[in-house]
Amino acid sequence: MNNSWSADQPIVSIKDVHKSFGDLEVLKGVTFDVMKGEVICIIGPSGSGKSTLIRCINGLNDINSGSITVEGQEVHAPNLNKLELRKKVGMVFQQYNLFPHKTALQNVMMAPIKVLKQNKQDVEKRARALMEQVNLQGKEDSYPGELSGGQQQRVAIARSLAMNPDVMLFDEVTAALDPETVKEVLVAIKDLAQSGMTCILVTHEMGFAREIADHIYFTDRGVIVEHGPPATFFTEASDPRTREFLSQIL
Amino acid sequence: MRQAIPGVDSKPTTDLPVLKPYKISRSSSITDLQFSRWLISIPGWLWLSLLASVLLWPVVASAATEYTMGQAFEALYRWIPFIVTGGFLFNVLISFFAMLIGTAAGVVLGLMQISPSAFIRWPAMVITQTFRNSPWLVLLFIVLLALPFEVEIAGKIIRIPDWMKAVFGLCLPIMANIAEVVRGAVNSVPSGQWEAAESLAYTRQQTLWQVILPQCFKRMIPPWMNWYAILTMATPLCSLLGVEELITLSRQAIEAENNRPELLVPFYGFALLIFFAYCYPIARITIAMERRYAVKL
Repeated sequence: MNNSWSADQPIVSIKDVHKSFGDLEVLKGVTFDVMKGEVICIIGPSGSGKSTLIRCINGLNDINSGSITVEGQEVHAPNLNKLELRKKVGMVFQQYNLFPHKTALQNVMMAPIKVLKQNKQDVEKRARALMEQVNLQGKEDSYPGELSGGQQQRVAIARSLAMNPDVMLFDEVTAALDPETVKEVLVAIKDLAQSGMTCILVTHEMGFAREIADHIYFTDRGVIVEHGPPATFFTEASDPRTREFLSQIL
Repeated sequence: MRQAIPGVDSKPTTDLPVLKPYKISRSSSITDLQFSRWLISIPGWLWLSLLASVLLWPVVASAATEYTMGQAFEALYRWIPFIVTGGFLFNVLISFFAMLIGTAAGVVLGLMQISPSAFIRWPAMVITQTFRNSPWLVLLFIVLLALPFEVEIAGKIIRIPDWMKAVFGLCLPIMANIAEVVRGAVNSVPSGQWEAAESLAYTRQQTLWQVILPQCFKRMIPPWMNWYAILTMATPLCSLLGVEELITLSRQAIEAENNRPELLVPFYGFALLIFFAYCYPIARITIAMERRYAVKL
């Protein structure tokens, strides 16, 4: 199944995805592709289904119909090897969700050691390098409760990266942060994007989206209303809903 | 006047859901430490006055009879070594074993209650609710009468002593209540922890053992100790089963002293005090731990 995928095909492919919570249809036929190394930003009003969409990509939410593939592997196939999928797809949450009973370094090291059964010394070396990559050297032995929101979020990014994913999902990762710590998290994501990581971000940071995104998708009421590269998206939006949204926040 | 919020105080402008204010669930029984709180809330003077009444009662009684305070207390002090070493230590032993077995079974039952499979979850919930809501004495009698007094293993006849039956009877309600403590503790961990672990490729088992339960452990200690104090207080029930514990021996001692009514208050007052002396520090530590761990959550 996996073998049919090659790097010139979309790394994430979403086709006509529908998703309902009870009577409420949150996604009403969403389709787009993400190529390897691309940075995608999904923007839109609250409740438009953005978060649900990216949670579907790593199988945290299931879908009602349509198809989502990651490296050619159907995410919602009944015989899916979830371990294989989640090794490929890392995710960072709005609320960081660090494990409070472990130090920052242990948070980063836990999954590779316990889940991937990798050698502890190698993992520790990599984890320390990752802590440095997100500018947190010196905070290795701090517990999450002792770190600021921005620091916790950067640990969460390092924790995801420790699994060596091919795609990173960011679900409104700066929405719960104090304004002064937003920047340090955005810098970490930007470094990551520039290093060639495939990133899919749900964000309300328009300036940031404009700066780093290769492609921006605007969703409203469960559908993609408009999309395009940032250079044209922000200036030449044609759909009235997009224009209204942009006029409210820009 | 503030601006109207669509969906809250004006007509909604979208058919999409509106996030309602989050309400903290009060249903979790994890921090329910009523017993320990009650115990440490009893002011010291109350116990001192109780002690005083124990000391003074024979004075009052001696006015009516020829039996004096000195004689009543002489009798009590003569019997104290026997009552404590033969009786109270046995209460402690019963509570210890009942807690051990009840905790082990309760943890299993509690984990079964959070199983994704309804075939495991439902029986566990029924068992938990049944034993949680049954009178302890009734359970004790059922166990006493239902269990054989001896079993034959490989041709050898082994007697089951009454105290072992008492342990078994008392561990049933403890099991059910500890199961509820475990379930409450697991449910008190934010769902984000499950999701984060899931997105890091943890299996359900790995998430439970490496992420969720280590966080629960500290939270479970205070309610667990609270239940131990309650259990210890319940061990005199075993005297009804003929187990030779504190109350049984106190009664025997009173009988040996010719059943004088002046002896009732000193002897049973002493029983009350010794339970208090044992459970009060436990309650203190429970509440202190609860305070300490509550801050970190």
